[in-house]
Amino acid sequence: MALFRSAPIAPLEYTRKLWMRGWVGLTMLFLYAPLLVLMVFSFNDSKRNVVWKGFTLKYYEKALNNDSLVEALVNSLTIAFLATIISLVIGALAAVMLWRFRFPFKGLVEGTMSLPIIVPEICLGVAFLIFFAKVEWPTDLMWPLNLSAITIAHITFCFPFVAMVVRARLASFNKEEEEAAKDLGATEWQAFRDVLLPHIQPGLVAGALLAFTLSLDDFVITFFTSGPDTITFPVKVYSMVRFSVTPEVNAASTLLILLTVILTFIALKVQGVKGITETH
Amino acid sequence: MPETKQPIIQIRNVSKRFGKVTAVDNISLDILAGEFFVLLGPSGCGKTTLLRMIAGFEMPTEGQIIIDGQDMSLVPPNKRPVNMVFQSYAVFPHMNVTDNVGYGLRIAGVGKGEIRDRVAEALELVKLGGFEDRMPDQMSGGQRQRVALARSLVMRPKVLLLDEPLSALDAKLRAQMQFELSDLQDKVGITFVTVTHDQDEALSMASRVAVINKGEVAQLAGPSDLYEYPANRFVADFVGSVNIFEGKLTLDEPDKAAVDCPGLGKIYLNHGVTGPHGADVWVALRPEKIYLHVPGAGKAIRAAAQDAPDGHNLARGTIKGMSYLGDITLYEIQLEGGQVIRVSRPNLSRHDQEDFTWDDKVSMHWRADSPVVLLS
Amino acid sequence: MSGALQDWKSQKKPFAAIASVPVFWLALFFVAPMAIVWLYSFGENAGPADINISGTLDNYKRAIEWLYLSIFLKSLAVAALTTLICLIIGFPVAMAITFAAPKWRPWLLLGIMLPFWTNLLIRTYALMALMGTNGYMNKGLGGLWEGASWLRTLVGMQPLEAWTPIQLLYNNFAVVLGLVYVHLPFMVLPLYSALDRLDKSLIEASLDLGAGHFKTFMQIVVPLAAPGIVAGVMITLVPALGAYLTPDLMGGTDSQMIANVIERQFKRANDWPFGAALSFLLIYAMFILIALQSMKANKTKEVR
Repeated sequence: MALFRSAPIAPLEYTRKLWMRGWVGLTMLFLYAPLLVLMVFSFNDSKRNVVWKGFTLKYYEKALNNDSLVEALVNSLTIAFLATIISLVIGALAAVMLWRFRFPFKGLVEGTMSLPIIVPEICLGVAFLIFFAKVEWPTDLMWPLNLSAITIAHITFCFPFVAMVVRARLASFNKEEEEAAKDLGATEWQAFRDVLLPHIQPGLVAGALLAFTLSLDDFVITFFTSGPDTITFPVKVYSMVRFSVTPEVNAASTLLILLTVILTFIALKVQGVKGITETH
Repeated sequence: MPETKQPIIQIRNVSKRFGKVTAVDNISLDILAGEFFVLLGPSGCGKTTLLRMIAGFEMPTEGQIIIDGQDMSLVPPNKRPVNMVFQSYAVFPHMNVTDNVGYGLRIAGVGKGEIRDRVAEALELVKLGGFEDRMPDQMSGGQRQRVALARSLVMRPKVLLLDEPLSALDAKLRAQMQFELSDLQDKVGITFVTVTHDQDEALSMASRVAVINKGEVAQLAGPSDLYEYPANRFVADFVGSVNIFEGKLTLDEPDKAAVDCPGLGKIYLNHGVTGPHGADVWVALRPEKIYLHVPGAGKAIRAAAQDAPDGHNLARGTIKGMSYLGDITLYEIQLEGGQVIRVSRPNLSRHDQEDFTWDDKVSMHWRADSPVVLLS
Repeated sequence: MSGALQDWKSQKKPFAAIASVPVFWLALFFVAPMAIVWLYSFGENAGPADINISGTLDNYKRAIEWLYLSIFLKSLAVAALTTLICLIIGFPVAMAITFAAPKWRPWLLLGIMLPFWTNLLIRTYALMALMGTNGYMNKGLGGLWEGASWLRTLVGMQPLEAWTPIQLLYNNFAVVLGLVYVHLPFMVLPLYSALDRLDKSLIEASLDLGAGHFKTFMQIVVPLAAPGIVAGVMITLVPALGAYLTPDLMGGTDSQMIANVIERQFKRANDWPFGAALSFLLIYAMFILIALQSMKANKTKEVR
């Protein structure tokens, strides 16, 4: 008896209340059930999605043999990789600029920089479509230069996010630490490298993760920026979904979900659960 | 006097475990109506958990808490006849002083006129008249605390619980509030139960103190008994400053006792201790109860220590450290056996601190009623 | 203490080194494209690929015709409904995370954030698969239907007709459900961070003074979490208003939102000036929402 008897619920232990647990459980079910069903049925030996007919990897084989799908995936990862690195540099510079200096029109610059975050994706997509048409950006370049327009667009909406995250981290920096380093004989550059950089490192990791997922996730802006020969994974999946729901898409999607989960766990290893959840 | 009073809170075999950690371990005690009761202990000893269980924010793992004759096991905090002043004060930041103090009455559905009168009365009681429209962020910590006090007192609870009420105040304000709280308790006649880690606070305000250690009651006594007759080494050491020496009980009769302490010497007491002969015991000696003498003043010492047989309650050593604190000077003296004893000496005249200095050889004595023999 | 800011003039070289790249990038790849769209919105089609910026207001006049205005208002209504549902679902979840045992809290948060990191298109597609005519949602409803039918036979009534799968997708319901599915994490995270900052002893003090959980929630928790609620509402409302993918994939012919109309001007109707005008109207709507929020935020600051 005593084994199963738990203490009465204290007033603030809301999480121990049954309806609360049910609520959270149902919400999690709502969030995860579609993804889990999709992943499970990517192994289903049936064209139709609902009935389990046996385990198979043939749709993975099909997906990986689908040249245009693989090309789209490679394109997406390349763009995400490039956009992350460049956004990280530009975003960190922007964060340091706003954190450290006082300069004319600072409010204007700051406000403009937050616009790519606020402006609806569709408007940004339209703007890039018109812009690249107007400047007659070449569309027939060889790989990977043919991805340049999309990459530029991605950097433009990623780097303000990086700047935001890094700046939040900078705000908690104690300038006395930097002064202490200088007091102990460090040069400006050494103080930056040994004191400031380690402090903002979690912000940089979080910013990189955010930029990578944003870039990989983006459909709308890419949809407007991509030329006829430059297809990314979301654009490819979109066109496949428009035609019909095929198990191939399930398989490819499962691979991308796994990539997200792996990235998340790498980030967890680097920063710990708390680090990740606190920087957001 | 306390014998005639009724217990207002009865704590019966209460334990509280958080996972594997036992915060409160089978505590039983009665808190009497109208007293100023203090739960004293180091941080993490379980005193706050006990207070929160009385308020109803934590549920006992075992045991029961009875308030005013009613078992509280299934009574939620909003239905208990107790109110609490939180350590952070928990003054609602989005309400002004009047709304804060009147909050509980509004919830209880008390009429507007009565709320106004009772709020005004409570604010007067805590000397906050004229602050009615202030927002909490326009007030100092001490003023916010008064708001929290008034907010609880206005409910006319049977018991007022105070969680570390003075810890966030600066030293001067703290001393003033100690007096004011005692005063207030006198005036309103409500039972106060306070949690603190500060022994000065406990000694100055309490009518009774429960010293809590590792979830258990180490001693339950009035302030002076706690200081002069500690029940064990923990209490002796936690309440005030003390020298503790290990020894063997060599004599124990109803009107006298003696302990042989290898580190300190032979110790004689003018009362019995009721311990088994030859037992390992500890002797506690407060620094202010030790008299310092220049060596060679043998006659004076013998005259002073004549309440003990020859060769008892005496020690010799060398001053290894001193710190001048204004009202007293504190000495660290290395005994001949190598151990260090702390002695404090009041600076009764302006140049008293010059009598002794570093590396002086000194003699010490203490009266036969000063040492306390501790069995645990 | 973060210390005083440095004046750029005292450190011209480091400032130039740090500031030039972000400012240049922003000007060339954000301000310039947006400016072109803005100019186009005052233009007219002069040829197949030629736009004459004549300063005409015709595009804006057309945009506020009822046909388009009604879509605009409908988008706003759908976004508002989505936000409300997210708030209702999300608040208890945020409460549960805030008051969960410390060892569980990060994992619950991660549970909310992981879908947020998963590709939007994949999530939409996964939800669509579940909602299709032979998806699991229909199966579940069918099961309920048959259960109800069986109950009727138990009490001696006629059984219901056999279950025919209903069309859950391609209507307004699907759009709202899809938007809620996608935006729920956006709502939970700011709510959680507001509740987490709230001093728990304020809730205890309210309970201690005799208020029940509901009164405490209404009088203490909601007013003090208001900044988080407003932030959560904005962070859900703004992207939901501009949503393109969800109404495009899950909506029917009558559930178009403003973003779909904009897209059509560029990809099919080829009326760029009109699309540009609609884009800017959408951006202005965002500005108004944000201005309202900051006015509200200033007001609460003044009251404090």
